[in-house]
Amino acid sequence: MRIERRLRQPWWLAVVVPVVSIAGAFVLSGLVLLLTGYPPLRSFHRLFDAAFIANGALSDTVVAGTPLAFTGLAAAVAFRMNIFNIGGEGQLYAGAITGATVGLLMAGTPSPLVFAGMIAAGAAGGALLAAIPAVLRAFFSTNEIITSLMLNYVVALVMEYLIFDSQSYLRDTSSFQGKVFPQGKTLPAEATWSSWTIHGLVLPLGFLLAIVVAALMWVLYSRTRFGFEVQVIGDSARAGRYAGMRTRRKILAVMCLSGAIAGLGGASQTGDFRHQLDPRGLRQANYGYTGIVVAALARYNPFAVVLVALLLGGLTNAGFTLQGADFPAGLVGVIQGLILFCALGGELFVRYRVRFAW
Amino acid sequence: MNNSLVVVVLASGVLYGTPLLYAALGEVLAERSGVLNLGVEGMMLMGAVMGFWTVERLSGPTPLVLAASVGVAALAGAVMAAIHAFLVVTLRANQIVSGLALTIFAGAAGLSSYLGNDLHLSGKPPHHQFQEVLPASWQNLPVVGPIIFGQSLLVYASWACVALVALYLTRTRLGLNLRAVGESPAAADAMGVNVSRYRYAHTLVGGAFAGVGGAAFSLSITPQWEDGLTQGAGWIAIALVIFAFWRPTLCLLGAYFFGAFTALPFALQGHGVTIAPELFQTLPYVATIVALVLVSSRAARLRFGAPAALGLPYVREER
Repeated sequence: MRIERRLRQPWWLAVVVPVVSIAGAFVLSGLVLLLTGYPPLRSFHRLFDAAFIANGALSDTVVAGTPLAFTGLAAAVAFRMNIFNIGGEGQLYAGAITGATVGLLMAGTPSPLVFAGMIAAGAAGGALLAAIPAVLRAFFSTNEIITSLMLNYVVALVMEYLIFDSQSYLRDTSSFQGKVFPQGKTLPAEATWSSWTIHGLVLPLGFLLAIVVAALMWVLYSRTRFGFEVQVIGDSARAGRYAGMRTRRKILAVMCLSGAIAGLGGASQTGDFRHQLDPRGLRQANYGYTGIVVAALARYNPFAVVLVALLLGGLTNAGFTLQGADFPAGLVGVIQGLILFCALGGELFVRYRVRFAW
Repeated sequence: MNNSLVVVVLASGVLYGTPLLYAALGEVLAERSGVLNLGVEGMMLMGAVMGFWTVERLSGPTPLVLAASVGVAALAGAVMAAIHAFLVVTLRANQIVSGLALTIFAGAAGLSSYLGNDLHLSGKPPHHQFQEVLPASWQNLPVVGPIIFGQSLLVYASWACVALVALYLTRTRLGLNLRAVGESPAAADAMGVNVSRYRYAHTLVGGAFAGVGGAAFSLSITPQWEDGLTQGAGWIAIALVIFAFWRPTLCLLGAYFFGAFTALPFALQGHGVTIAPELFQTLPYVATIVALVLVSSRAARLRFGAPAALGLPYVREER
């Protein structure tokens, strides 16, 4: 058997491989279920029902998919340039902190202004945090993978400190509940982001924002000089430099853009869904890490990122709904992991051709 | 004297540092071969759950059961690492994504939780656990008693592992080949070293170490099973590898340093001093970033930096 690089990648492979990968993942998780004595088909049926079909399920799936769309886009923007920002997790927390702060500060202002303020603050928070690994990478050539990963934990701990171990502005110190168990201050009604209902499907502002970001990213990467240069540098940094491209600036710009998108996800978490800074909830959800997986599965295509985010969001949502004695805990993570393994394996067939020599 | 703050913190630093040490040693081996495995957390959790399962199900004398459960934990970690190795070595997948996928697959909301649930392990009391092995009179010695003699076999075994790995890397032919594979796979290949085989072997051994590290939680520290028991220790282990400049002996120091940081806020609370544990716990991560920046210059990177081929797939036809 020989593996050789494809000179041209047929377009249909980019669609067929992910679909086959997902199917393969379900076959494998079916095996896991069989081996542990659960009926696979019935479990999958319940999973799909709870994710996409049941009353209100699709709306909940959008809720679960929105943060993944943001972190997925954040990862895709950076990975396209071969900049491995795996700090989406921390950048989302940073956006949640700044977003919640501005939401509380702007109490009493008209809603649209508050939304705009929170969106700007969230993006700024994420971008500022991403600027740290960006500067280190651009000026000291420090590996951004590790620095961005370490910062996730720093911000996570700062966020917990703000709510659980200090008398910060973000902590609820007045209500009875807040005195019994530490929690974030609830944002005022003006800071509750709008949502629109179409045929029973609830579309939160954050989700629409994610679609706008995806469209902007598509334009940026396929229609602008900036996007072109970023991809050239991603493919060959040396070629980019010889062509006179400003590599350092691109690194800073792309990292901050990536951080800003993840930060928007954080602002959307506080504005759309949680209405307070919720460190435990955000940390348990692992949106940042799952987002990287979403981006990889979507092959860094912005519109595919949104779709994949909804698929993985649907699985997460179903996992929550079905939590209970007769539904195996952890199955959702197993399926998500297997989908990824299959997709990563399938990637080989997109880039390479496997020849069987007799 | 043995109740003084320094002694208490150092003793618990050794206790909490031990799982970090095992996992970091494993990661050093994998990364020295050029394979970055971000799935440490997942492999540790699988080791923890399978190790605890063995202790629950196996009957027999305690030492045998514990030895068997450490073996099972190592095996579980290695099986998880095999998935990663297959994807990144044979199928040339992106190492970062594959490692993260492994953590999602095996992690707190994945297979480890699925198995813990399916085997009904949650909240069960441990039938056997690692305990202090040396005589009480030794353990009562001032200072060294609690820190060095008041530890379990897992701790002493980890010291042997550090020595073995350090000797292996710097004093054996295999270790030299391994370093060549991580620094310049093309040169190693030309030398006649089988790059894929080295990468597979060391990723798998790395996974086995991570599995044992996980078992240190479920058989010694906690000792119980609950979902997400390792609480991010796998990520600290990855940081530790960098902090230790990919050297096993420095891993030992770093592990106890990081372990002491986890223990210090709680020990201080016992002495009536309250500092915010969260802010304190950020220090290991900040220290890692600083260490990484310090070795970023070209000259320092050659001496102390990451293996040059870390994270890059090796394809003979494309070098």
